[in-house]
Amino acid sequence: MKVLILGIAGVLGRMVGQELIAAGHEVIGLDRRPWPTAPRGIEVHRLDVRKRGAEEIFRTRRPDAVVHMATVTSLVMRGEERYRLNLDGTRALFEHSERHGVKHVIFVGRHTYYGAGPDSPLFHTEDEPPIGLATFPELADLVAADLYASTALWRMPTLTTTVLRMCYTLGPTGHGTLAGFLKGKRVPTVMGFDPLFQFMHEHDAVDAITTAVRARPRGVFNVAGPQPIPFSFLIRAVGRRPVPVPEPLLDAVIGRFGLPDLPAGALSHLKYPVVIDGSAFRRASGFAHRIDEDRVMREFRDAFPVR
Amino acid sequence: MQLRLPVAPDVRARLERLELPFSRTGVDPFGVSRAHLGSLFTALRALYKSYFTVKAFGTENIPARGRAMLVGNHSGGVAIDAAMVLASMFFELDPPRLAHGMAEKFIAKIPFAGEWAARCGQFTGLPQHATRLLEAERLLMVFPEGARGTAKLYPERNSLVGFGTGFMRLALETRTPIIPFAFLGGGEAIPTILNAYRLGKLLGVPYIPVTPYLLAIPLPVSLEVYYGAPRFFEGTGREDDAVIAGYVDEVKREIAAMIDGGQRRRDGSGPRSLTAGSAR
Repeated sequence: MKVLILGIAGVLGRMVGQELIAAGHEVIGLDRRPWPTAPRGIEVHRLDVRKRGAEEIFRTRRPDAVVHMATVTSLVMRGEERYRLNLDGTRALFEHSERHGVKHVIFVGRHTYYGAGPDSPLFHTEDEPPIGLATFPELADLVAADLYASTALWRMPTLTTTVLRMCYTLGPTGHGTLAGFLKGKRVPTVMGFDPLFQFMHEHDAVDAITTAVRARPRGVFNVAGPQPIPFSFLIRAVGRRPVPVPEPLLDAVIGRFGLPDLPAGALSHLKYPVVIDGSAFRRASGFAHRIDEDRVMREFRDAFPVR
Repeated sequence: MQLRLPVAPDVRARLERLELPFSRTGVDPFGVSRAHLGSLFTALRALYKSYFTVKAFGTENIPARGRAMLVGNHSGGVAIDAAMVLASMFFELDPPRLAHGMAEKFIAKIPFAGEWAARCGQFTGLPQHATRLLEAERLLMVFPEGARGTAKLYPERNSLVGFGTGFMRLALETRTPIIPFAFLGGGEAIPTILNAYRLGKLLGVPYIPVTPYLLAIPLPVSLEVYYGAPRFFEGTGREDDAVIAGYVDEVKREIAAMIDGGQRRRDGSGPRSLTAGSAR
């Protein structure tokens, strides 16, 4: 099978590309960023999907499946350009796919779609609206991209669409939102709050995406790994020290004193849990995580020891 | 929070026998933490055994494992009723069980309170939580009177206010047996003369109960809790409101009868043949 990966130069994108090559697929990559060390078998185009040349790749290379890993969070890019990248990029991808004979599109989204709030349930199911958006407006473009992608399920019936809402990844590459927050010696928490955090090993995340390529489940699916654990347990297990800060002071200390920076709305994600139920994806694709939470945390700690 | 009470030896022994799927880090899939339960039950133990002297009757009616729903009356202006039911499930049953209460939504917003409630298995009262816990074969504790029930004043302490019907639909849907219970004495422990709703709003809670001695600190009275035989209702949970209301009324009448019986015994006018803690 010929698979086109958008966002292949990212850490997870590279891993998915290599995994698909190893499984005998042909892999084409598209990214605005370079991947100078790309293995010989992977053809990488340094291009924005919204540019004219991108459609040419769809037209001439005619991939069977497209994996969309090119959305960015508010931690990576601020402002309106992110909206355009996430929404126009997703639109271009689906339109090119439909026009040029792609059979399957996988949108790799995030479990933060559901948002966090005092009255949000543990173990979100795919039918829930993104209520938590109210507390974290910086997520709006990603939520919109997720919902936009799922409209392809009825707008483009010739295409099989899979929307994945993946929980945080954690592992020895140190890639991802959660890993970034945990890298320093001290990790700020909101005093008196200790939400559950749900994460999976990056190998399991890669495995979930390649499983979706193979099994082609149609629909919207949460992708979860091992059971969630409280934030403070996680911080200690990776050898860091939680620094509980009273909520009114958080704004003043975040991003200073060696503490990581955060957009204002992210506070709700430090107070309340975002926990998803991944059983529908397990049933539809046969995916099962292989690495338990203890090993995930150990591997991260060993790769990023506190000095 | 790191601050922990030293765990009492018998609490530690009971925790060992608690049949919850704890991970190696001591957390179950819902985030219930063994360490937090140790502190909680050490604190509740003193209240249960020394301060209030709670007598639990009919604990043999609680199944040793598998889903079940404890449904009872509110008694007392703060959650001592829930805390003592929780303690009776932990200290009187063999093996002990953890009762999962359905907490008011405001609790999750209060620093520390929300954290401790969640670590001890007391989740926000959402239907999704109740369904998931029952499907995981847990023991659910429900007070269908809701917040109106805890707001009862001293003269109303042995009465029942209107029952919500959500618990019955849930029980039918998940095929869960209902164990009715009556809680007595909470109204004497916290003799509420009025509820300060405006002050409560300022503090982010529904109300603050006020007693003749002002603060809602419970008095060391004896408390009693009666567990009735499990009731199993047949259905799907999609019945008409009238049908559901009929079932709810049956449960309510049963609880009212247990409150009456218990009250006569407390007043010394009824039979005294029942023995407390008969499950042991």
